[in-house]
Amino acid sequence: MTGGEVVLRLEKITKRFGDLVANDEVTLELRRGELLALLGENGAGKTTLMNILFGHYTADSGQVSVFGRPLPPGQPRAAIEAGIGMVHQHFALANNLSVLENVIAGTESILRPRSDRAHARAKLAGIAERFGLTVDPDARVGELSVGERQRVEILKALYRDARILILDEPTAVLTHQEAERLYRTLRGMAAKGLSLIFISHKLHEVLAAADRVTVLRGGKVVAERPAAGTSRDELAELMIGRRVARPVRDQRAPGPVVMTADGVDVVGGGVKRLSGISFTLRAGETLGIIGVAGNGQAFLGELVSGLARPGAGRFELLGEAVTAPGPRRFVAAGVGRVPEDRNANGAVAEMTVWENAVLERIRERRFSVAGLVKRAAGRAFARTVVERFDVRGGGPDTPIRLLSGGNMQKLILGRSLETAPRILIAAQPTRGLDEGAVVAIHAEILAARRAGTAVLLISEDLDEILELADRVQAIVKGRLSPDIPIEEADPRRLGLMMAGLWNETTDAA
Amino acid sequence: MIAESIVNISAAVISASTPLLFVAAGELVVERSGVLNLGVEGMMLMGAVAGFAVTLTTGSPILGIVAAAAAGAVMALAFAVLTLTLMANQVATGLALTIFGIGLSALLGSGFVGQPVPALPKLHLAGLSELPVIGPVLFGQDALVYLSVILTGGVAWFLKRTRPGMMLRAIGESAASAHSLGLPVIRVRYLATLFGGAAAGLGGAFLSLSYTPMWMEGMTSGRGWIALALVVFGSWRPWRVLAGAYLFGGVTILQLHAQGAFHLPAQVFSMAPYLATIAVLTIISAGPWRGRFNAPADLGKPFRPSV
Repeated sequence: MTGGEVVLRLEKITKRFGDLVANDEVTLELRRGELLALLGENGAGKTTLMNILFGHYTADSGQVSVFGRPLPPGQPRAAIEAGIGMVHQHFALANNLSVLENVIAGTESILRPRSDRAHARAKLAGIAERFGLTVDPDARVGELSVGERQRVEILKALYRDARILILDEPTAVLTHQEAERLYRTLRGMAAKGLSLIFISHKLHEVLAAADRVTVLRGGKVVAERPAAGTSRDELAELMIGRRVARPVRDQRAPGPVVMTADGVDVVGGGVKRLSGISFTLRAGETLGIIGVAGNGQAFLGELVSGLARPGAGRFELLGEAVTAPGPRRFVAAGVGRVPEDRNANGAVAEMTVWENAVLERIRERRFSVAGLVKRAAGRAFARTVVERFDVRGGGPDTPIRLLSGGNMQKLILGRSLETAPRILIAAQPTRGLDEGAVVAIHAEILAARRAGTAVLLISEDLDEILELADRVQAIVKGRLSPDIPIEEADPRRLGLMMAGLWNETTDAA
Repeated sequence: MIAESIVNISAAVISASTPLLFVAAGELVVERSGVLNLGVEGMMLMGAVAGFAVTLTTGSPILGIVAAAAAGAVMALAFAVLTLTLMANQVATGLALTIFGIGLSALLGSGFVGQPVPALPKLHLAGLSELPVIGPVLFGQDALVYLSVILTGGVAWFLKRTRPGMMLRAIGESAASAHSLGLPVIRVRYLATLFGGAAAGLGGAFLSLSYTPMWMEGMTSGRGWIALALVVFGSWRPWRVLAGAYLFGGVTILQLHAQGAFHLPAQVFSMAPYLATIAVLTIISAGPWRGRFNAPADLGKPFRPSV
């Protein structure tokens, strides 16, 4: 497919924001019928580059040409007319309108007395048919699943006669099955002559879906590879700029039981959020809880951190039934936590790194005596965490809000692990982090497990679960599936479990 | 002659600033814990009437001052129960508290209007008050003036150095994070609110026992609102709040002197401190300082822990 004509060419694009060079003489070509992956860590300049292409930003120097003609800079309208369509990570759809209305919105003059629905409907049906993007044109967008909404976004671009399609992190919000389906669709679109660029930092997707991979690092193109001629390790190294050894989970015999739930309900806001969940967590093992976001993970995270009261059923922490929970009690019992939303539940943005490091343990004698904070001890503790867990971007007295997401997460994980917790609750520990930070976090979680910590890993990332967990349960609509050993788990079976079909899979097994 | 009037004016400025400082230092603690209590004017009036009544009937200004702090704290307790336990809206409850305080203090104080009470004795610190100029200004004030400065320093030290102070700051910035880290959000907010009420009560007592030793309906005349603005003006930092309080005290005294010098209606000058409040708030919220406001992130947001 790489023999087609060049449809899009970016030449020596440079863009500065103050002192930061977001794009440094980036040159890129896209051919007809090609599916190109733009790979890079957060902050590598991928989104900036695509925003320049689409006219949201103006480059400081360089030239964009589409179908051989230069594109005037800074005009999204011109980009659309030249045949470029963009599907953003965050959808721009009106939930109260139908699919058809969303698709035609903005394509007709506002002064036109009535819109030509019949014509629009026929055109949309034609596009949907041709590219296999089936969506009911009369469905309300608010009632569609995330995957379907994304299809509407793609249809919107195609309806405007896009021949070049840019997708920004298209699978960030999708389940494994939806992502696979999306990539089949994208490949089909490329085969029918469209040209596509998708932005990603997920290596396996890039390898599975793209024809060619362009790797950006620090605003520069560092490599271009045909997807067939590269490997996951090579891409990771190119993307991060150094060799990364992916941590390996070794076999271990689990220790004693530290936490159990047996038929536990959790009620929140008068609604049953978790119903009859059961699990057992042992020292020195990782229990993975896989599930699509919004299926009760937040409430499970609260239950196991002492932030929610168990209703019916029995919930035990270190062999004792929990009837009066409380975060303080759980912390004292040795429960460390990486909360799902680190900004809302983990860190106090305006306070410094050292204050955030010790807040959870401020009542302990080593951090305060007679009501006075031992600031030197707090700073020393923070310095230890910063060094051991390689937190970059600031020292003990930096406000924590100035750290990047990955570094903030390392600090939150580090402040728990530094005290050798008996149980570690890790809820979506690597969501939104780039590859370098993911590897670091995974290595620390595995090291904690090796040291005998029981790890409860709540995640929606199949790779993360497969890499870290010893046993897996799926969470679906507030219920937990029975557990399966990781040896029996593969993406397909986990996908079915995440869809709530665990009875069928156990029958089949 | 000139030296003498400088001494007099300076002493008067300090005196006019003290009630503002009490109230603002208290409200600062309340707001740093994430609670917005707009009932300061009401709490101040209750402190003023309680302090006056108890001093007059017992003859003991110390008992009066204690009663004033207690009256402010009781008002604050009502606010805390409504907003922190019953989750009522903080702005609406605070406004109601002000109106309630105005009415209740007028009712309780109706028998005391026009009665004289001996002003608080000036403390003459050994030898220091004999110093020229500085002596009478800085060292010839009554005990409440010193207390207000000590209180401000104490608040600064408390927030920075103590464990409860650190917890309080965390709770004001992010109640949800603080709660999940095991900090007692509601208890700390209760205590902070009570402290703010007691401080407002002291500010009121200073008015009715020292500044103008008598009771008059609505005698705070908006000082509670100025104190609220001062907390913003001081960007929630104690020493800046102190500087703001003295600045506004200065404006209050200067306008009194200006009334003699210019032939304009007295009301025009009486407006000065309030106009200054509006001007300062406008400048700091629109000027280049914008964004470095430092307001506690969870200020005024209700929080109900799940367990």
